[in-house]
Amino acid sequence: MAGAILSAALLAGLSGAPAAEPEQRPLEIRIGYLRQPQPKITLSLLQMPAENDGVAGAQVAIDDNNTTGRFLNQRFSLEEVKLGEHDDPAAAAAALADRGVSLVVADLPADALLKAAEAGRPRGLLFFNAGALDDRLREEDCRANVVHTAPTRSMLADALAQYLAWKQWRRWLLVVGSHPADRLYADALRRAARRFGAKIVQERVFEDTGGARRSDSGVVQVQRQIPVFTQEAPAYDVLLAADESEVFAGYLPYRTWDPRPVAGSAGLVPTSWDASHGQWGAYQMQNRFVARFARRMTALDMQAWSAVRMIGEAASRTRSADAKDLFTFIKGPEFALAAFKGQKLTVRDWNLQLRQPILLADGRMVVSVSPQEAFLHQVSELDTLGVDRPESKCRLQ
Amino acid sequence: MPAPVTPVGTMRMRLVAAVLAVGLLLAPAAPAHAYLAYVSNEKGNTITVIDTAKLEAVKTIKVGQRPRGIGLTKDGKYILVCVGDDDTIEMVDTVSHEVVGTLPSGPDPEQFTQDADGRILYVANEDNNMVTIIDIERRVPLGEVQVGVEPEGMGLSPDGKVLVNTSETTNMAHFIDTATRQIVANVLVDARPRFAQFKRDGSEVWVSSEIGGTVSVIDAAKFQVKKRIGFDIPGMRKEAIQPVGIAITADEKTAFVALGPANRVAVIDAATYDVKKYLLVGQRVWQMAFTPDEKLLFVTNGVSNDVSVIDVGALRVIKSIQVGELPWGVTISRQ
Repeated sequence: MAGAILSAALLAGLSGAPAAEPEQRPLEIRIGYLRQPQPKITLSLLQMPAENDGVAGAQVAIDDNNTTGRFLNQRFSLEEVKLGEHDDPAAAAAALADRGVSLVVADLPADALLKAAEAGRPRGLLFFNAGALDDRLREEDCRANVVHTAPTRSMLADALAQYLAWKQWRRWLLVVGSHPADRLYADALRRAARRFGAKIVQERVFEDTGGARRSDSGVVQVQRQIPVFTQEAPAYDVLLAADESEVFAGYLPYRTWDPRPVAGSAGLVPTSWDASHGQWGAYQMQNRFVARFARRMTALDMQAWSAVRMIGEAASRTRSADAKDLFTFIKGPEFALAAFKGQKLTVRDWNLQLRQPILLADGRMVVSVSPQEAFLHQVSELDTLGVDRPESKCRLQ
Repeated sequence: MPAPVTPVGTMRMRLVAAVLAVGLLLAPAAPAHAYLAYVSNEKGNTITVIDTAKLEAVKTIKVGQRPRGIGLTKDGKYILVCVGDDDTIEMVDTVSHEVVGTLPSGPDPEQFTQDADGRILYVANEDNNMVTIIDIERRVPLGEVQVGVEPEGMGLSPDGKVLVNTSETTNMAHFIDTATRQIVANVLVDARPRFAQFKRDGSEVWVSSEIGGTVSVIDAAKFQVKKRIGFDIPGMRKEAIQPVGIAITADEKTAFVALGPANRVAVIDAATYDVKKYLLVGQRVWQMAFTPDEKLLFVTNGVSNDVSVIDVGALRVIKSIQVGELPWGVTISRQ
């Protein structure tokens, strides 16, 4: 595969620019980006998602792919499809197929993704799930035409639990939000506690009683509310918050009754990317992103970047634009993605999940990166994060 | 009252004796000529100067922000060091050890190479997909070449006609004609190529792929990968094997490859490409340089903040020398 690629300049007798000359039509690789933005209001102003959250990462990866593509006579483009609340993801997938797009990055809720994947299947569509964290999409609801670049909740929870085990903060007070996504994250945290020897000393539910995320002088109320809510807990080392819905977790640090660190949905947060991550060449990635979009890169941006770069990597190795060829390569043993995480990212062949280290960030710094040292595995230490092959319920077909 | 000879004391004496004996055994047979090795400390913003005969640090030079790629001008008058966060290359006087000037490197320079006459410097600008060409004496840029994403490794053919640049996210070695400054070939290699090294006869370029975990040996005439060297260290997870720096002896018989967080330097038969040995060094080993007589090889260990010294003839690590914070690159004086 790693043969010589003479640029058109050489083929044309050293005449022109290093870029491929247009006498030979470039190989076109069109990538769809299907998303259904969910209304999201965060507790922190800093974390309000940008309108182009995710798709911006895909665009930077398109640029990166095209820089490489200049030398290989390949051209990448992105076709964004934004669904409204009531739009049908299956119809959108079919429409992409009608336009000849067979590679689709998806930022969709789990059920919408399954509908799109089902509709795209007879048309040969290959999806890259960049948005949905749900374990079931890699387990009982896994699909043979969906690759996942987003980590799962269990991968995130395990990454956090390994670090807490290393810190020997083994007694957890778990506070769970009242929405379904919060409960799924709590499930992942309970599983992680079992796997890595932590004890959940008590669970509390933080009911979402509605109301605004922010209000004038709201901090005054919160400062009274949170200490009382966390009062009279059994002895614990760390408070774990499962609040994907952004109802309360951001209020916890510094306000708990007992002086304890917070982790999970606030405090020390496991994530696929953080704006402060600079190691392993990430600094260049961050610079590129900020230069293009004048904002910081988020985890969703990174997951979309990874998806488009996976396609680019497969296209440059196979010299093909055919989704089948690219998919075969991505699933194969030769595939490796360099994504600024200090080691290669590969694909779990049993459920098409991208293996990846998980950053633990506190909002200003990357505190650590999991897997932690000494959590060993017979295949890849990255498989200590999330559901492993022997436990998997996924049967790809 | 005379102090009793405690068992602990005896132990310590024995230990000292043992260390001395080992030290004598391991010392290079004839600590020949003293050269100076200059080590760039990426986080310390310094250069550590090491006397290669005494095998000890003799001086620390303060430089700009984030020093990485480092080399000496051919006349030996200046140390050139990429200070990426200051977007320049600093010139450090080798006598006064002061920063006396800068070169217009373009943004975020990381590595460079220079022509045999020491007139032209080729710099990889990691942030803007560019190779910048600089006239060293006049300190002016002569031109730029557009390359792949995150250019890093820089190797020049012995005749100076071909420059090889590696781009980390494009995963290519770009072959650039130095006369026309045009790319003549692009060779795909494994993920995240970090370093390019020509053999002295110009027949091959060796390119390390940090994330791919391999070294590609490229036929420099045909622009084809003729061999992909893999590494297998018992008990070491595959992902930790991350090749970066490469050095090949002048007789083209032996190659050394730094394996990053595997904390080892691989010794390779440069003719058969067989890995003969792994030498245990410090933590996260990246770059390396021979003394001019090729008796010693100095390798930088980023995480353990030291330099390991390898006896090239014996293929043994003979010493670790503490340097500054996060040592990155190393270059050694000619006399």
